[in-house]
Amino acid sequence: MLHIKCPHCGMRSQNEFSYGGDASVKRPNLNKEISDQDWDNFVYNRKSLRGKHWELWQHLSGCRQWIKVERDTTTHEIFNTLKADEDIS
Amino acid sequence: MDQNFRLENVGLINRNKKISFKFNSKNYYGYEGDTLASALLANGVHLIGRSFKYHRPRGFFGAGVDEPYAVVQLYRNGETEPNVKATEQELFEGLEAKSVNCWPSVNFDVGAINNFLKIFLPAGFYYKTFMWPKSFWYRIYEPFIRKAAGLGVASTKHDKERYEHKYEYCDLLIAGSGPSGLASAYAAAKNGARVILAEDKPRFGGSLLTNDVNIGNQSGKDWADSIITELKEMPNVIVKNRSQIFGYYDHNMLVMSEKVSDHLPKTKKYHPNKRLWYIRAKEVLISSGSIERPIVFGNNDTPGVMLSSAAKEYLKIYGVFVGRNPLIFTNNDSGYETAIEFKKNGINPIVLDSRKNPDSEIIDEAKNLGINIKFSYVVVAAQGYKKVKSADIASISEDKKQLGKTENIKCDCICVSGFWTPTIHLASQSGNKTKFKEDIDAFVPGKSKQNETTLGAANGIFSLEETLKTSLKAGNDLSKKITEKENKVSVPNVVEKKSSKHDKFWCVPLPKGKHYKRFLDFQNDVAVSDVEIALREGYRSIEHVKRYTTLGMATDQGKTSNLNGLQLVSEIENKVVPAVGHTTFRPPYTPISIGAIVGREVGKHSKPTRKSPMHSWHEKNNAIFVDAGVWLRPRYYKRGDENLFEASKREAQNVRKNVGVCDVTTLGKIDIKGPDTAEFLNRIYTNSWLKLPVGKARYGVMLREDGIVMDDGTTTRISENHYHMTTTTAQAANVLSHLEYYLQLVWPELNVNVVSSTEQWAGAAIAGPKSRQLLQKLFPKNDVSNEGFPFMGYKEGDLFGIKARIFRISFSGELAYEVNVESNNGNFMWEKIIELGEEFRIQPYGTEALSTLRIEMGHVAGSELDGRTIPYDNALDGLVSKKKDFIGKRSLQRAAFISEDRQRVVGVVPLDKKTSIPEGSHLVKDSNAPLPNPKLGYISASCWSVEYDNPFSLAILKNGKNMIGEKLFVMSPLKNKVIPVEIVSSHYVDPKGERVRS
Ligand SMILES: [Zn+2]
Repeated sequence: MLHIKCPHCGMRSQNEFSYGGDASVKRPNLNKEISDQDWDNFVYNRKSLRGKHWELWQHLSGCRQWIKVERDTTTHEIFNTLKADEDIS
Repeated sequence: MDQNFRLENVGLINRNKKISFKFNSKNYYGYEGDTLASALLANGVHLIGRSFKYHRPRGFFGAGVDEPYAVVQLYRNGETEPNVKATEQELFEGLEAKSVNCWPSVNFDVGAINNFLKIFLPAGFYYKTFMWPKSFWYRIYEPFIRKAAGLGVASTKHDKERYEHKYEYCDLLIAGSGPSGLASAYAAAKNGARVILAEDKPRFGGSLLTNDVNIGNQSGKDWADSIITELKEMPNVIVKNRSQIFGYYDHNMLVMSEKVSDHLPKTKKYHPNKRLWYIRAKEVLISSGSIERPIVFGNNDTPGVMLSSAAKEYLKIYGVFVGRNPLIFTNNDSGYETAIEFKKNGINPIVLDSRKNPDSEIIDEAKNLGINIKFSYVVVAAQGYKKVKSADIASISEDKKQLGKTENIKCDCICVSGFWTPTIHLASQSGNKTKFKEDIDAFVPGKSKQNETTLGAANGIFSLEETLKTSLKAGNDLSKKITEKENKVSVPNVVEKKSSKHDKFWCVPLPKGKHYKRFLDFQNDVAVSDVEIALREGYRSIEHVKRYTTLGMATDQGKTSNLNGLQLVSEIENKVVPAVGHTTFRPPYTPISIGAIVGREVGKHSKPTRKSPMHSWHEKNNAIFVDAGVWLRPRYYKRGDENLFEASKREAQNVRKNVGVCDVTTLGKIDIKGPDTAEFLNRIYTNSWLKLPVGKARYGVMLREDGIVMDDGTTTRISENHYHMTTTTAQAANVLSHLEYYLQLVWPELNVNVVSSTEQWAGAAIAGPKSRQLLQKLFPKNDVSNEGFPFMGYKEGDLFGIKARIFRISFSGELAYEVNVESNNGNFMWEKIIELGEEFRIQPYGTEALSTLRIEMGHVAGSELDGRTIPYDNALDGLVSKKKDFIGKRSLQRAAFISEDRQRVVGVVPLDKKTSIPEGSHLVKDSNAPLPNPKLGYISASCWSVEYDNPFSLAILKNGKNMIGEKLFVMSPLKNKVIPVEIVSSHYVDPKGERVRS
C-alpha cells in the first residue's frame, strides 16, 4: 500500500485515495474546433510510461481534493505531490 | 499413555499443568507450553502423515515455521482448520488433530501404492500423461488428481471466529526477537523511538533459548528475559509474540498476523482469533535468523530424520528427546551442540562428520565427553519404513565422490546439520538485491531498496558477539536519526564457543547399484532425480525448474529445500550458484489464514448498510428489503401470503388508480452553490441550463468525455445561487467526484462549490391521480393547483411546523410530487403522508412497483444507462443541445454514434401477451438460424404492465427507430426460451406524457 503525501493533509495511506490517470492531459477548450485525432488523443490515447509519471489522485476519504503525484511506475517511489492548481514543473 | 520420551527437569514447559489432547482419535497427555509436535514426540509418536505424491510416511523434520511435513487437520471449539503445522500449534486442553493426506489411516494408506509405482511419477508426469485423450480429463484424470492432491480439508461451514485488522505506525519495526532483534530493539527504545518488536513464536529470545552462551554474566536466556521485561515496561515499545510478519510491501508497509487465540481451547468473548496488523514503519530491522539446511542422502524423508537444531530445540525447550540412539550427521560444528545436549542428558549419540579433521573448542568438548565421532563419514541411506531403524553409513573421500564400504548401524533418529541458511525472505520481498556469500554457501541481503536493514544470522553473521555489536549499533544509529536523542547502550561481555569452518558438502552420492530416493523438497516429494530429469529435458531457468518439478512450491515454500535445489542445478549445469540465482520470494512468508486477511469484512460487514430514516416503519409494515448499492430499500410490502409478483402488481396498480408513496431517500443529492453554477451545469449536462428560473426543476443527462451517458436526474434552482442536484442511487459518489474533478482541475475559474447532501434529506415520492388532493392536505397553505404549482415546479412548504421542500417531478409517469424534509423528520413526514393519505387509499410501494411504473412509461434507468449507451440509444437525443458545448459532446460525432442503424430503446411485447420475457435475453430475426445467430439487441428491463395486464419489456435494439411494428424473437438459451414478440414504442403508457402535466 502506497504512502502518499496529500499537500493539504499530509502523509496518508493509499486506501484513502482514488486514482485519476495521467495528470499531463489537458482538456481541450470548450467551443473549439478539434480534429478527430486530437480528440481521440484526449479521450483515449495514453502513454503507458515506465518510470517517472505525473498522475492524478483524489483524496477521496480525506479532503476530497484532486492532487498531482509524481510517481515512478516501476518502483512506486513518489518524488513530489502538488495541489490541483499548482503547475507541473 | 506415558510420556516415555520426556526428560525430567529439563525445558521451559510448565510441568504443573498437564494437558490432554487427541491425535488420530487416540488420547495423549502433554504439558502447558508444549507444541503439538513436542507433545507427540514426548509420547514417541513420529508418524504424523503421508507425503503429497507418493504417500510416503512422514514425521517431524523441524520445530517451527520451516516444518515441511507435519501439517495436520485441527479441530477446535467445533471448528476445523486444515494444514496447521504441528510444530507451531501450541497445545491446549482438548486439542484434537488428525493426519492429512492419508486414507483410510496414517498406518495403512491406500495411496502409498504410488510409492511402489513411483517409476511412473517422475517430474512433469502430470503434464505429460494427463494431456490426452481430452475426454478422459473430467471423468478420470481430474477426480484422480484431486483425490491424490488434497492436503487438509477446508470447512464448508460459516467461520464463527472473528478476525480483526489494525493499523499502526512506528519508527522501528523489528522482525524477530533473537539476539539481533533484542539488541536493536533495546538500543532504539533507549533512544526514545517508537518500536514494535515481533516474534512469531510464543517465547521471546530465538536462538538464545537453545544456545549455550553467556551475555553479561547471565545465560543467553536470562539476558533475553531481562531485556524483554524491560522493553515491555517502556511506553514507546510494543512487544508482540505469536506474531508473524509475513509481507513487506511498498513504502515500508509490513503486514503481521498475530495469533490471539490459537493457543486457547476457545476464543475469549470479544477477542478475535487472529489480528492482522498493517504497520507503516520508518525503518525496518530484519532479525529473522536462519534456518538449518538438510544434507541430502538416501531415504532422507524417513520419519526420525530431522534437523539437528530441531532435535536440540525439542530437548532444551520441551525436555523431549527424539530418540534413544541418535545418529548426528553434520558438515559443521552445529551438530556437536546437539550431540552434547544428548550426552549431558544421559543419551549416547554417534556423530558422523563429513569433514576430515576439523578442530574447534566444541569438537574438543564433545571428545572430552566421550562422544563417539567418525570423521569423513556420511549417512548413505536411512533404513526403516515408518521410522528410522538403522542407517547405512560409509566413509567418504576428500573430493566427496567416492564412498567407502557401506556398514549398517542401529539408530532410531538421524539429526542432520548442513549448515545455516539466512532467512532473507522479508528483505527480498522489499526489493533488496540479494547476493551470494561464498563462505556460507547462501544468499544474504545486498543493497536495500526501502528503509530496511538485516541483522545477525539473517545477514549471515553467525557470531553472537558480532551480532550484538552490529545490532546495538544499527538500533542506536537508526533511532537517533529519527528521535535526535542518544542514550547509548554498551556492548555486553559475551562468552561463546568459536566454531571451525563448515564443509561445502550437501549431497551424499549414491553407492553403486543403489537407487535410493534422495529428497530435496519433503512436502512435495521432489527428489534429486526429478531435478535431473527437468534439466535433461531442457529446463534451464530456476523458475521453470521450480514449476516443472514443483520444488519449493508446497506450503512450506521450500524453506529447507531451496538452497539444495540450487546447489544441484549449479552442479549439473556447471555454473556457480549466484549465476543460477534464486526464485523470487513473495509474500506471505508462511501461510496466513484467509479469515485473517478478510478481517471483519464478511457477510453484512463486507460493506456498510445504509438505512433511510423511515426504515423501521418499513420493517413494521412487512417490507421485504433489497440491496440497492449500500442501501436497503423496500422491494415490496407483503400483505397476507402475497408473493413478489402479486404484491408489486397491487402496489403499482394503486399508483395508477389512487396514490402511492415511495421512499426515495436513497437518491444521491448534491448541494451546489455559487454565482457560476448555471454555467457549470450548462457544461456538465447535455441540455441548456442558463435560463432555469428560481423555483424550477429541470431534468438533465450528463455524459462522460467519451459520449457515454454517465447519469441522469433533476436539478432544481432553490434560489439565485443555490441549486439542488439529484443523481441515481448507484452513481451518487461517482458524480460528486466527477463534478469535483472539473471544478478543481479543468475549470478552477468557476466560482462553484459542491457538497454531498444525500444523508441530510429524507425523501418521499407521492404518485398517482389523487396525489394533488393529498398534497393539499399535507400543505394546506400552499397553492397546489396545476397553474399554481405546475410540472417541474418547486416550492417550500410547511408540514405541520416542519420545513419541507416540494418538487413536482415524476418517475412513475403519473401526477407526482417529491417531498424532502431534514432526515431526522423523515419518519414524521412519512407517517403524516400515510395518515392523511388514508382517505385516498394510499399504499406504500417498493422498488419492484417503481420499476414496473417506469418501464411501462419508457423511462430509462440504470439497466439502460449501463455505461455502454449514448443519449440517442436512450431516446434522450432531444435533450442534447446543438448550440452549446458540454462534456462529451465532441465524442457524439463519432461514426458509430451517428450511424443510420444505431441501436435505440424500444418496447417489446410477446405475441401471446402471456409469456414473461427474461431480462438479458437476445433479440433475433430468425429463431432457427444457424449458430451463432446474429443478435439484433437485448432485453434491458422487463415488467408486467399493470396498465394493459400483459408482459412488457424495454430493449436496446439495432436500428430501433425503424423497427416499430416488426416481429422478432426473444431467445434466452439460459432459460431455454424462444418467445415471438412484437416491437412497439418504448412509451407504452401515456406516450404523450399528459398525466404528469395534468
Ligand atoms: Zn487531503
